[in-house]
Amino acid sequence: MAKKRTVQVKVNGREREASVEPRTLLVHFIRDYLGLTGTHVGCDTSNCGACTVVLDGKNVKSCTMFAVQADGSELLTVEGLIKDGQWHPLQEGFKQEHGLQCGFCTPGMLMSTYALLQRNPKPTEEEIRWGISGNLCRCTGYQNIVKAVQYAAGEMANKMTEGVAK
Amino acid sequence: MIAKTSPEVGGMGHPIKRKEDSRFIQGKGNYVDDVRLPGMVYGHMVRSPYAHARLKSINTEKAKQLPGVLAIITGEDLAKANLAWMPTLFFDKQMVLATGKVLFQAQEVAFVVAEDQYTAADAAELVEVEYEELPVLVDPHKATDPDAPILRDDREEKSNHIFHWEVGDRAATDRDFQNAPVKATVHAISQRCHPAPLETCGCVADFNKATEKLTVYLTSQAPHAHRTLFALVGGIPEQNIRVLSPDIGGGFGNKVPIYPGYVCAVVASLTLGVPVKWIETRSENLQSTGFARDYHMTAEIAADKNGKVKALRVKTLADHGAFNAAAQPTKFPAGLFSVCTGSYDFENSFCEVDGVYTNKAPGGIAYRCSFRITEAAYLIERAIDVLAAELKMDPAEFRRKNFIQPDKFPYKTPLGWTYDSGNYEGALDKALEMVGYRELRKEQEEKRKKGELMGIGISSFTEAVGAGPAHTFDIAGIKMFDSAEIRVHPTGKAICRMGTKSQGQGHETTYAQIVAQELGIPASDVIIEEGDTDTAPYGLGTYASRSTPTSGAATAMAARKIRDKAKEIAAHLLECSEADLEWETGKFFVKGAPSKSKTIQEIAFAAYTNIPEGLEAGLEAVNYYDPPNLTFPFGAYICVVDIDKGTGEVKVRRFVAVDDCGNVINPMIVEGQIHGGLTEGLAIAFMQLIDYDENGNVQGGTLMDYLIPTAVETPHWETGSTCTPSPHHPFGAKGVGESPNVGSPAAFVNAVVDALSHLGVKHIDMPITPWKVWKVLKEKGVVS
Repeated sequence: MAKKRTVQVKVNGREREASVEPRTLLVHFIRDYLGLTGTHVGCDTSNCGACTVVLDGKNVKSCTMFAVQADGSELLTVEGLIKDGQWHPLQEGFKQEHGLQCGFCTPGMLMSTYALLQRNPKPTEEEIRWGISGNLCRCTGYQNIVKAVQYAAGEMANKMTEGVAK
Repeated sequence: MIAKTSPEVGGMGHPIKRKEDSRFIQGKGNYVDDVRLPGMVYGHMVRSPYAHARLKSINTEKAKQLPGVLAIITGEDLAKANLAWMPTLFFDKQMVLATGKVLFQAQEVAFVVAEDQYTAADAAELVEVEYEELPVLVDPHKATDPDAPILRDDREEKSNHIFHWEVGDRAATDRDFQNAPVKATVHAISQRCHPAPLETCGCVADFNKATEKLTVYLTSQAPHAHRTLFALVGGIPEQNIRVLSPDIGGGFGNKVPIYPGYVCAVVASLTLGVPVKWIETRSENLQSTGFARDYHMTAEIAADKNGKVKALRVKTLADHGAFNAAAQPTKFPAGLFSVCTGSYDFENSFCEVDGVYTNKAPGGIAYRCSFRITEAAYLIERAIDVLAAELKMDPAEFRRKNFIQPDKFPYKTPLGWTYDSGNYEGALDKALEMVGYRELRKEQEEKRKKGELMGIGISSFTEAVGAGPAHTFDIAGIKMFDSAEIRVHPTGKAICRMGTKSQGQGHETTYAQIVAQELGIPASDVIIEEGDTDTAPYGLGTYASRSTPTSGAATAMAARKIRDKAKEIAAHLLECSEADLEWETGKFFVKGAPSKSKTIQEIAFAAYTNIPEGLEAGLEAVNYYDPPNLTFPFGAYICVVDIDKGTGEVKVRRFVAVDDCGNVINPMIVEGQIHGGLTEGLAIAFMQLIDYDENGNVQGGTLMDYLIPTAVETPHWETGSTCTPSPHHPFGAKGVGESPNVGSPAAFVNAVVDALSHLGVKHIDMPITPWKVWKVLKEKGVVS
């Protein structure tokens, strides 16, 4: 066993640290050391995207990184989407448009589409489909996930407009 | 007719948003891998690299010396407790950990337990296993050859043949074929594939040595049945076993069987007295747990010159892998495959199935289908198209000519099923209209002139779901009824528990809507709990689209018992006789004096505070529902494809799905299920295959090569519905979750074959990859 290393991250706005083996995958760090079990593991080949988190503004598959590589970074997981008790428009969109069934892919989908909407606030259907092409869902057939993202994009645009009007 | 409730009550037919969503979208779901108990340790499986080999020795010394390793369990260890083998759900047994030899690649050989999952995996690498390779049997068609290696030397019968099963009138069917002027044959493989729910299988086994109670957190679609099997096989008193099936990340049949990893985790926890977690990897999931299908089928249809079908003859070879671990009712070795006469009115039929062993992973389970119905629906819908092409008839017209007519229900099929209700032409007409069938056929004609490849495929499938009835259906001897228990609290809110278990189907919402419909208690005031065998009434679980037909029915029946008692209380409160009372959603009122009424909430309060003399306190009921028959949902699907001549790539341009599942509880949830099932059907038709090379090496063992469609490959689904209620279900529902997976593969394949039919193509086996299509195009001289 290699010597443990301390990994410090700011996760969902909070400074956290833990001492881990250098080979510890980021997803295990998040789940087992930080206790944030919303981030899931669905495969062992980086295909399914259930483990997607946002690292320094970009969506990454946390099963494909070591925790030590995230040292000093800012992490957003599904648990951090809610702000002041208010759901993120994506969370609202997934519920309103029935964008989930078993819920296992949902956290990864939310984080991928969160990053997508940061990059591209008005994605077309095709852009949404490509944006979630690294996230597998076995239940929904994706159609309502696309609608959920469109719902969120609309809500976020409305909020922007309201903000400007004020 | 179902009375319409207000949106506030949210009874049947309302597309209310799902109650379960809140926790999932906040990352607060509780899946088995999220369970963390004090002192918990981790298991890891050592697996065989060979498909068939003698096990010469297992050396665990090095592994044991690794710091953090707590135990290593081998087949020899389990044999001492008589647990090296366990019964499958279908009259066979399966090795928990190998003794003597291994029979498929990735078979379980040893179970390592360590303080953390990384150490457990390290130690598994250090377990030294010596194998002596044996000849491998991969091709099921060679299983009964005289020179085939006998795989199961544990069995008395020295043969790889497992069973022969037949149903129908062979003589009459053969006679029809002798006399028939028109015949068509199709050889079709429903290929080996895997349900691959996004959450893999796993458990946390927690044996408390002080209380002697075993709690197992389990990815289980059937927690009660699993508890009983743990008791029967493991010898643990059933009252001391609690199976908890928390949130389940998709099942699709994969989580019906009991797997060796579960047994090993339980044994390890019994031995060590600490909680043991075992979660399989995706590769382990694909390589070793319940595969589906692997049916090698031939269908022949005899018809008259006008295209009226007379007889159907089906012969099938079923590859079950190393152990017959099929999860299906015990009277049906080939499940409900004999529903293969489909939506058509045959006079005579005969169906036979032979099962064999090969050196492959054991199964086969019902992958999003009611026990082999997908195979059956695919076969008949393919065969009907082949015959229509033979007669040069339009496939829609041909179907119309041969449908069982609406006035013939209940309809007894020549293979023994009684369909409850149906209107196949109605669904097909709607689908044809939605898709614009005539215009598409014209377009196809134009395109053919220009050398472009476009196809239209139809599937008019019939499903058979909702097992029981108990007189016909059981799993491992346990009858297939299901249950619901409703407790109404003093303030008029309720908690209900069922014997089923949602894996994403939305039970927490739909069952609450049934209660809302029946009692007028708003769905938002009703909590649904499933999956805890200590609290929920006994049931057989969720698969085969059985939740609504069984536990859904039980919910309505229990609610009606509560309504009966509520009426007694209302009469007491209103000082009238029960005969003077009438029910309107949510309240009883005095006939002719509607202002004199008591709401269900007032009655519930009285049930605890102002009980009429002679009546028991409380307002609760339980029902164990044994359905009188299966239900038979159906639908008409139409797929339009364009084929790229250069690459062989098939593009699904449109897909129209008209489903009829009787009365609908929540149309939003039904539509979601249809989308999901169609996507799995697409995957089966074009992508998913668990293949093996000649040495028995699995070729579809990771998500790198077992392909699951992403949002990019998945087309936009167009859905529609007709409504033909089940006459025997308490609220006329039929079940729907599996219809799209059952009905769609044939529509996809029929569309591709239709696009190539003018080239003389009659059939292409699934999965239809671009390479396969390109080869056909090359063979036919379309590409050079």
